[in-house]
Amino acid sequence: MARKVVITGLGATTPIGGDVPTMWKNALKGVSGAHTLEDEWVAKYDLPVHFAARCSTPALEVLSRVEAKRMDPSTQFGVIAAREAWADSGITEIDHDRLAVAFATGIGGVWTLLDAWDTLREKGPRRVLPMTVPMLMPNGVAAAVSLDLGARAGAHTPVSACASGTEAMHLGLELIRSGKADVVVCGGAEAAIHPMPLAAFSSMQALSRRNDDPEHASRPYDRDRDGFVMGEGAGALVLEAEEHAIARGARIYAELAGTSVTADAYHITAPDPEGLGATRALKAAMFDGRIQAEDVVHVNAHATSTPVGDKPEYTALRAALGAHVDNVAVSATKSQMGHLLGASGAVEAVLTVLAVYERQAPLTINLENQDPEIPLDVVTSARKLPAGDIVALSNSFGFGGHNAVIAVRNV
Amino acid sequence: MASNEEILAGLAEIVNEETGLATDAVELDKSFTEDLDIDSISMMTIVVNAEEKFGVRIPDEEVKNLKTVGDAVNFISNAQA
Repeated sequence: MARKVVITGLGATTPIGGDVPTMWKNALKGVSGAHTLEDEWVAKYDLPVHFAARCSTPALEVLSRVEAKRMDPSTQFGVIAAREAWADSGITEIDHDRLAVAFATGIGGVWTLLDAWDTLREKGPRRVLPMTVPMLMPNGVAAAVSLDLGARAGAHTPVSACASGTEAMHLGLELIRSGKADVVVCGGAEAAIHPMPLAAFSSMQALSRRNDDPEHASRPYDRDRDGFVMGEGAGALVLEAEEHAIARGARIYAELAGTSVTADAYHITAPDPEGLGATRALKAAMFDGRIQAEDVVHVNAHATSTPVGDKPEYTALRAALGAHVDNVAVSATKSQMGHLLGASGAVEAVLTVLAVYERQAPLTINLENQDPEIPLDVVTSARKLPAGDIVALSNSFGFGGHNAVIAVRNV
Repeated sequence: MASNEEILAGLAEIVNEETGLATDAVELDKSFTEDLDIDSISMMTIVVNAEEKFGVRIPDEEVKNLKTVGDAVNFISNAQA
């Protein structure tokens, strides 16, 4: 019998809240974190997209100036979320050799990388900061969290584009089940609201161009969706072996019952139109958690609001859950906070755990005319989840054909 | 041309910016590594910022000889002369 893994701490900094209580309150209310960008570089480079969803609390309001100086913005967000999750877990004493980190990012230190390149060209090599490499490396977030918490059972960085945060949960579960760690701080962080990624995502027609109405631009499942909205931030969760959590009398939010990761091997960016890889991921996570379709009451969908992405996920959900999919409350929380790329899976994991713990599904906003080809039961107003034993799923898919799913069960 | 007092004050500001140490903790007889707990990466950042501030060049091979704040003040003062 595999070790049971539970979730005992939550942390987040997002466009709809700089901590978990604020984010959760807003997620139930239904707010938009997307706003017009006031930065001079929007006009300077004539970017086709003029808005994004920035973190509602700037990192420098939480970290000291000196602390922040040595961290890329993505690492700043990751450390803020990890500290909140750690404090929330209430762990005061731990064998640090049994504490691991699995902290993901999609892109890594893109601000640091490009700032250093600008400095090199404008001021020469001597002015390129000596901290540049440790700040830009994708494992920078995991390393900073490990350093911060004294986690010595490995600091891992799963990288699978927009599936990264969910893959971190998968890795965390495996580390505890296999006995390599008792506690794992999992998460994802991203800070890519920079003109270059905005230009690049625009070039591939992935971003919404609703420049005159940013708050209504992220509209998963809506007939008039035209792309995702770039977000930023971080989510973090403390995973713990159940016996470890019980021994210290911890508050347990939920069980991380099952996880899975699959690959489409279909196309580098386009989702498999039949959602076969996503279907296999859903089925594998349910098998891993000994979950029947009828157990599932809620799904936090990947649902980025792109014309091509939302439908294959529906196809996969129907293939994995059968007719029961009609009874499942589906939330598309990117409608509120945009797409946090490599952090999205971690933030949505936090929301999924809270949905199970509080028995309430977060809202989907901006759904005015539901795409008739996606007949899901989308949560657009306050929705209680049923009493009794329940399971919620959270999906994440990433460029490269990555599919990752987690299954969360009440305790 | 800055006086030694001005160089010390300028260095203290740079050290404060990089490490958060109070400016009055940056005294002539203090060792960068032993007393001020400045690691080699911070030291290089301080050196480059000092070069810009005082218009001097501090060669990489010279940095290891700057053990105390006073060593740095003297080097900058001589380099400006």
